[in-house]
Amino acid sequence: MRVMLVDDSKTIRRIQRSILEQIGYTEIDEACDGQDALSRVVAFQPSLILLDWNMPNMDGLTFLKTFRQRDKATPVIMVTTEAEKTRVIEAIRAGVNNYVVKPFTPDTLQQRIKETLAKVGAPQ
Amino acid sequence: MDATVIRRFIESTQNVFGTMLRSTVTFGAPVPTSQATSCGDVSGIIGFSGDVAGAAVIRMPMATAAGVVKAFTGEDVSSESDDFADAIGELANMICGGAKSNMESGSVSISCPQVVLGKDHKVQKPSDAVSITIPCNSPQGTFAIEISIRAVGAHSSASRSHHAAAG
Repeated sequence: MRVMLVDDSKTIRRIQRSILEQIGYTEIDEACDGQDALSRVVAFQPSLILLDWNMPNMDGLTFLKTFRQRDKATPVIMVTTEAEKTRVIEAIRAGVNNYVVKPFTPDTLQQRIKETLAKVGAPQ
Repeated sequence: MDATVIRRFIESTQNVFGTMLRSTVTFGAPVPTSQATSCGDVSGIIGFSGDVAGAAVIRMPMATAAGVVKAFTGEDVSSESDDFADAIGELANMICGGAKSNMESGSVSISCPQVVLGKDHKVQKPSDAVSITIPCNSPQGTFAIEISIRAVGAHSSASRSHHAAAG
């Protein structure tokens, strides 16, 4: 299971990495914004993407719309402070598979990952 | 400033500290920032734009910031490190993002965080917004939330009139 973490905060990426490692996911790549993620995603071929919304250079929604033009299958979980209903709907319409609002507990993130992978029938 | 806005920041701060730091925060009575005595060596700054405009600043003495970063990351992080500013910025992002989500003020966007480090620095507030300071107390030490936002009819940039200066 290869997981790509896309967040401009190194602190958040480190926390997410630690949570993922606790549930046995160790093939992890990190990107600091949407542009960086687009440049890495083809080579890394992630099985799951955790995606922040507000980032410099290219935000998460723009990344998602671009990514979905060529990949409709890889599950993407938005992990963001953007919790308004309109934003969640916007993200779902753009092709996000699940949603985690910051701040999050390790349990919440692990649960959303399991839910998402089960829903798309991916191995866990 | 609408008391609801202040309450949203308090609720969001409690949520962020409780969830990410496992800490409880208590709050003093909000006062006009001009009357506040909080000192700031570290500031996490978030701009607001859209149906509200302005900024919020999470201001901490260095000792509080060091404790907060340690509780957040699980490590001792030097204030010289980029990781220190990153952690403070993300904390400010989560507090302001949570407050924004609870505001129910239509369309509001927040900026990416900016962090200023410097002993007793001052952060210039937007001149056209009332500024309120909420004194906060956590197990990591005291800090303050300065809110300088106002409702606007048309979309405008929050960070345009907001400058940070060390000194």
